[in-house]
Amino acid sequence: MDLENQERVKSLAETHGPQNIIVVLGAAEGEASGIAAETVTAGDPTFAGPLTSVPLGLKVYHICEEEFKAHLDADAYDAQVGMMEMVLNLDEIASEMEAIRKEHTKY
Amino acid sequence: MNAVIKKVAYTLTHAPDCLVHGGTTQTTERIVAPDSEYLQKLPNHLQKYEDVVNYAPNQTYIGGMTPSDLHDVAEPWYKNPVQKQRFAKFGEIMPQQELYALIDICDSFELVLLEEGFSAGLRIAMQSHPIIGKRDDILGRLKKGFEIAQIEDLVKNHGAEGLYQDHKLIGCVKKAHNIDENLSSHIILENLISKATAVLSVLHLMDNCDIALDEIQMIIDCSEEAVGDMNQRGGGNLAKSVAEIVGFTSATGSDIRAFCAAPTHSLITAASMVKAGTYKHVVVAAGGSVAKLGMNGKDHVKKDMPALEDVIGGFAVLISENDGVSPEILNEAIGWHSVGSGSAPQKVTEALVSTPLEKLGLKIIDVDKFSAEMQNPDVTKPAGAGDVPDANFKMIGALAVMRGEMARTDIPDFLKKHGMPGFAPTQGHIPSGVPFLGFAREQIMAGDITRAMIIGKGSLFLGRMTNLFDGASFVVQKNSGATSSSGVSEEQVRSLIAESLRDFAKGLLAE
Amino acid sequence: MSFFAGKKVIALGDRDGIPGPAIEEVIKASGGEIVFSATECFV
Repeated sequence: MDLENQERVKSLAETHGPQNIIVVLGAAEGEASGIAAETVTAGDPTFAGPLTSVPLGLKVYHICEEEFKAHLDADAYDAQVGMMEMVLNLDEIASEMEAIRKEHTKY
Repeated sequence: MNAVIKKVAYTLTHAPDCLVHGGTTQTTERIVAPDSEYLQKLPNHLQKYEDVVNYAPNQTYIGGMTPSDLHDVAEPWYKNPVQKQRFAKFGEIMPQQELYALIDICDSFELVLLEEGFSAGLRIAMQSHPIIGKRDDILGRLKKGFEIAQIEDLVKNHGAEGLYQDHKLIGCVKKAHNIDENLSSHIILENLISKATAVLSVLHLMDNCDIALDEIQMIIDCSEEAVGDMNQRGGGNLAKSVAEIVGFTSATGSDIRAFCAAPTHSLITAASMVKAGTYKHVVVAAGGSVAKLGMNGKDHVKKDMPALEDVIGGFAVLISENDGVSPEILNEAIGWHSVGSGSAPQKVTEALVSTPLEKLGLKIIDVDKFSAEMQNPDVTKPAGAGDVPDANFKMIGALAVMRGEMARTDIPDFLKKHGMPGFAPTQGHIPSGVPFLGFAREQIMAGDITRAMIIGKGSLFLGRMTNLFDGASFVVQKNSGATSSSGVSEEQVRSLIAESLRDFAKGLLAE
Repeated sequence: MSFFAGKKVIALGDRDGIPGPAIEEVIKASGGEIVFSATECFV
């Protein structure tokens, strides 16, 4: 994840309390979703950014996950995201995200 | 009359030492973790020049094989080399030593110093280059070499950027100002390499070209470097500096910057200029980026594969007045992402693809080939970024489904028929739509396809001035057959005059 | 109680996936509060 974005996530978690943060991803692919999710839960797996060895344990979803989608406005979702359900590998993304949440999310 | 794609050239330059010393992933790592395992392992993952020449995506980029040939090579491509040559129909893959000769040639301020022995060898190499070897004016710019002690001193004590060949110091680029960081040795090196690789592509473009060097009136550079000093950072006109070296004596120039979408914006601009009659022949060119060398190197090393991002890209396109033969750029069907388009993928794809096609009364499936982000998936997949061209073609296919042009189950076939594998290096603006233009021109002229759509996308938010994204597109289509002289030939004019004179004479006789 | 009540949402989009501003629109329409939105570009 971009180093500047890691810095922002870190400071927002400090400001608002990690238990109050939800991170929502829009990655195009399972692995990229997994890396981003890991970064905001277990720490930066590439050991490059400010979240290296900082296990924030944030709650994190990909916007296309069924579990998360249930809480979204259906019309807005269709307009902004809908078409991407034909493009993305939803099963792959969901399984990556579920695995990371199970292991690393604290909230 | 629409402007035409008269000729296209593509070049790559192998730059493994530049990857180690100049790529931002590596320069950042040297700051944050100088003893990292990555920096230690990286040298063992660099490719040899032969590997780079025989790498199928590179050969596809320079026209040594077609995208459909590439499709038949098993992935990962780095494990399945092809036996190919340095030169192919669109250009070449130049070795790193000769890149150093080219930056010496492109240096107008005595900022580049090459070691004397190394420099002497380069002179011989450049003399036997099939295009540069014929150009005494260009060869004459190669400077005489310097003692290695002087180069070592400049690098060690005076802020010069070292130039390395096989990890050995063989030259340097001096800083151009003591205080101004915009003229630091590193930035001068980046700018010189962008200039040199653009020059290389333009030289290939003009070699065996029907249009003479002095017929070019305008050149647009659409690379991603900011040329300027502290009072005008990004002041630009790299274009004119390229024109000077190449010998476009009648040309002016200017730069267009729009992140990775700049090549598409530039081609639209060039086509509009030519159609308006402002210039008859406009060259659009870009050199490549040192910063992006080894961008995903950490993932490649971690996955024990070669550091594949070791080539600097370049391309050049000649946009000319309509010759009645070459494929046309259709000004009436330009696509663009507007400020109000929003960022929903569907809205973006509509703005770039279906809206311009509607102006032509065409459907998405009427476009034979789409060329969007053409990044090589061998590079991006191991880095977790997926197959970028494939994702883009899927979005276009998904839009065709939403518009009722085909069924959802047709998407896989759509990808095969209307898309292609990505074959361009991850050099930002280089893969953005334009890599297919050379093949599009050939395939249209051979009658294999009727039209193609070129799409460029740009990530403006990286510059922190706006959260907006950008994109532009255009359609290239078979020439309609008419020429610039409005379809009336000199002969036709003569016969019309003769006819009216006869009528006039008849009238006189009748009186 | 709404899923987003009392929560602060960070949107991390992808240019070739779902960009940050698109995520932002959906979250806002769903009653969520965005505190930071960014888009990454992997190429």
